[in-house]
Amino acid sequence: MNHPAPLGKLRRIVAMSRKETLQMIRDPSSIALGIVLPLLLILLFGYGLSLDAHHVPVAVVMEDHSPSAQSVFGAFAGSRYFLPEAVNSMVEAEKLLAAGTVDGIVRLRHDFSRNLRSGHANIQFTVNSIDANRSRLIQNYARGVLGVWLAQWELTHGRSYAQPVTIEQQVWFNRSMDSRYFLVPGLLVLIMTLIGALMTALVVAREWERGTFESLFATPVQPSEIIISKIVPYFCLGMVGLAVAVTAARVLFHVPIRGSLVLLILVSGLYLLVALGMGLLISTRTKNQFIASQAALLLTFLPAMMLSGFIFDIRSMPEAIQVITYLLPARYFVALLQTLFLAGDIWSVILPNAAVLVLMAVIFLGLTRRLTVKRLG
Amino acid sequence: MDSGRSVSEPIIACRDVHKTFPDGRGGTTAALAGISLEVRRGLMVALVGPDGAGKTTLIRLIMGLMAPTSGKIEVLGHNIIQHPHAAESHVSYMPQKFGLYEDLTVQENLDLYADLHSVPAADRRTRYPELFAMTNLGRFTGREAGRLSGGMKQKLGLACALVQSPELLILDEPTVGVDPVSRRELWAILLGLVKTRSLTLLISTPYLEEAEFCNHAVVMYRGSILAQGSPGDVANYARGRTFQVRTPPGLKPRQMVASLLRISSTADAVPNGEEVRLVLKAGTEGDEQISGDKTPSGAREVEPHLADGFMVVLRRALASTVPAVELVGDGDISKANPDIAPPLPPAANHSDKPVVAVRDLVRRFGDFVAVDHVNFEIRRGEIFGLLGPNGAGKSTTFRMLCGLLPLSSGTLRVAGYDLRHARASARQAVGYVAQKFSLYGQLTVEENLAFFASAYGLRGSRRKRRLGWAVEEFELSRVLPNKTGEIPDGFKRRLAMACALLHEPQILFLDEPTSGVDPLARREFWQRITAMADQQVTVVVTTHFMEEAEYCDRMVIMMNGRVLAGGTPAEIRKIAATPDRKEPTIEDAFIQVVMDEQKAAAKARGAA
Repeated sequence: MNHPAPLGKLRRIVAMSRKETLQMIRDPSSIALGIVLPLLLILLFGYGLSLDAHHVPVAVVMEDHSPSAQSVFGAFAGSRYFLPEAVNSMVEAEKLLAAGTVDGIVRLRHDFSRNLRSGHANIQFTVNSIDANRSRLIQNYARGVLGVWLAQWELTHGRSYAQPVTIEQQVWFNRSMDSRYFLVPGLLVLIMTLIGALMTALVVAREWERGTFESLFATPVQPSEIIISKIVPYFCLGMVGLAVAVTAARVLFHVPIRGSLVLLILVSGLYLLVALGMGLLISTRTKNQFIASQAALLLTFLPAMMLSGFIFDIRSMPEAIQVITYLLPARYFVALLQTLFLAGDIWSVILPNAAVLVLMAVIFLGLTRRLTVKRLG
Repeated sequence: MDSGRSVSEPIIACRDVHKTFPDGRGGTTAALAGISLEVRRGLMVALVGPDGAGKTTLIRLIMGLMAPTSGKIEVLGHNIIQHPHAAESHVSYMPQKFGLYEDLTVQENLDLYADLHSVPAADRRTRYPELFAMTNLGRFTGREAGRLSGGMKQKLGLACALVQSPELLILDEPTVGVDPVSRRELWAILLGLVKTRSLTLLISTPYLEEAEFCNHAVVMYRGSILAQGSPGDVANYARGRTFQVRTPPGLKPRQMVASLLRISSTADAVPNGEEVRLVLKAGTEGDEQISGDKTPSGAREVEPHLADGFMVVLRRALASTVPAVELVGDGDISKANPDIAPPLPPAANHSDKPVVAVRDLVRRFGDFVAVDHVNFEIRRGEIFGLLGPNGAGKSTTFRMLCGLLPLSSGTLRVAGYDLRHARASARQAVGYVAQKFSLYGQLTVEENLAFFASAYGLRGSRRKRRLGWAVEEFELSRVLPNKTGEIPDGFKRRLAMACALLHEPQILFLDEPTSGVDPLARREFWQRITAMADQQVTVVVTTHFMEEAEYCDRMVIMMNGRVLAGGTPAEIRKIAATPDRKEPTIEDAFIQVVMDEQKAAAKARGAA
């Protein structure tokens, strides 16, 4: 007396998806994760965690008050990278550096202008190197500022101390060298991973905890129907998160999208499927929300953040770690995102990366299907 | 319906079913050890037994939700081990906790299960009104399931199980954590269902007396079936051995219970109003002779209940499997130290000054009034009970009494201290045993004792004396070096009580100390509590077992945050006394109180 009716199957999928959607809408934490979190991350990374240094406070020790020394100060003041403060002694400057009020000290010794005329002037630059990356940036900016100043000085004084070789910089793709241009697209990886993997792992664990699976398993519902009903609403939520993030990136930070928007949506949907697959796969093995969230964070979110090339360049990682990154779906998504946002529809990058994601989606969802049985243990 | 199945064929047939689980230490524990049973069409069958009996495991095996380790299970003629889901479209199941989606409304829950069972729209139009009429949920269709009371959740769970028209309905502990009124209503619904639909019902319950509603009772204990048959058959094991004994003057029923339980021929003794209900063991040699000799004077034989029969078969089973007794150990009363109970102090020792005084106590959580103008007093050396179903406000009241939760308004004095101002000093006079024991599982029993002694600031000779007392009084010497997480629950309960009593508090608070405890361990527990009270410790307990109120000197019955009735067990019982019900139980009284309350509320609504 079993109905083979495909109608029953469809009706069950619709009923289960509706149930899941209602639960999602009524649970404030899913709204927070789907809409508030993308916005928060965009604002946080966009405004707070820029990898560029802007308006770096430096102390300029004016032991020399000659016009040349004044013009060095002027060069720093005129740069958007620095916020110089003139002080009279090195002691005072070191105090400021120790207190963290300034990040660097430019020392113009009393014989600065005299030495400059005789051709061997030197400027002492001290920088706070607690954050090694930032200090390297600041050093480079300072070199740049001084280089420009020197060129100016030569022009006005008609003398040349130029180094034999000058480096001509060419900046490709991220022409304004704004780190936000690659950070903000990278955020899509984090948002998609959170919604896809963490949320689904949690909602499945919740069904175990509240004992609702037990009564669900006693009905004719099929494991595949349970899986589909978990995917549909969270896929939609993830796409809403994507829309929020992309809109914010465009409107707030004017991040360019050089590739096609359709392609961006397609590859994001693909990665979301992979993330959902990972979340569901985790949830087949964890039966309480605490363990599910820990597992999802450790296995999906943290690797996506640290090892995907989103913040840290994969090429500068130790080789063993580089090998591991090939196992991470986030790595391929980051490559796709950076290409689509900053370079354009470059098929030689898009096709292989997308192919890997398709393969991963099939593997994760297929494994989930095999491991989901209507059994309690 | 399958034509190949004859009416007499069993709906469920289990043969020699075993189920073992890994115990987490590389070994296995047996949850079911050789279960054989048959459930015939149209019957109401109760799986009855305390927690840990294996009821839920057996039900899950029957539902195909787990595979047995060995044995055969057939449901509606299908081999469930090979085809676990073969019968699912003809079986409805309500698990513990009712299996509801708390953030969906009543209607959405019903629709979900109707869709999953492919119930056609036409059937829904007739069945929904039927289900709403049966469960009284019609007014709440738009309310989220999470915001229903325990009793209403239970009925919604049942309604979800009945959206299809099942041949077999399986309910796992549907009455646990639900107030007595809702429990009676559920049984009325079930009895009606079995009569009107051709339905077979398998229901599990830890409440022995509920099995009396069914046609067939399967009495389970620690993975085995102790007895099965009609409720009368099970009760008959105690026929001729069940007595009602008058308590001698100057002795409280619970004190007499304690001494009767120390006699080896006693199968069971529980306080029953001013008297004691006594069940004698089925003796192995010269049966009648022994029981005749040991029957105390002033005893009269009474009609046995299923619960009395249960105790007889349980004692017999434990006696025949000595190693099992050793394993059970923690619950065996005969092993309890006979010196626990000192000579009885005269009842007049109770000082008239209350140790706990509660006046107009209120506790709000936002708009919700969890405790609503509660008044009571507790005197020194009393055993005082806070009774009520889950959500009645017992635990909230309790936490305020222990100084764990500030009060919203009212006054609360514990051991002479005002809890508004001197919570810390009051706490020194109080011992508290939480429902989950609050012990450190990774520490040994000895380390736990030492830790709590330090936490209470015990030092020098007093510390030594109290630790020695705790080990002796609660018979912990055998398990001292063991990790607390690995000792049996009975020992954990004793250890928790020992820890709470180390600093010699005047008052001992116990939160649901007997929930999830088997009947033997419960009796042992009350024996200890009786001994504590005899030593002038005031004991306050919360419980949802109505019959346990019989051990209390006085009690209050709470529901919806308010005290509905208070007094001695005899006074409480009187509430429900009618000409044709001369001996009402505490539960009868509870139900009466709640019904009166509802009537009064309805009248008030009508007047307004």
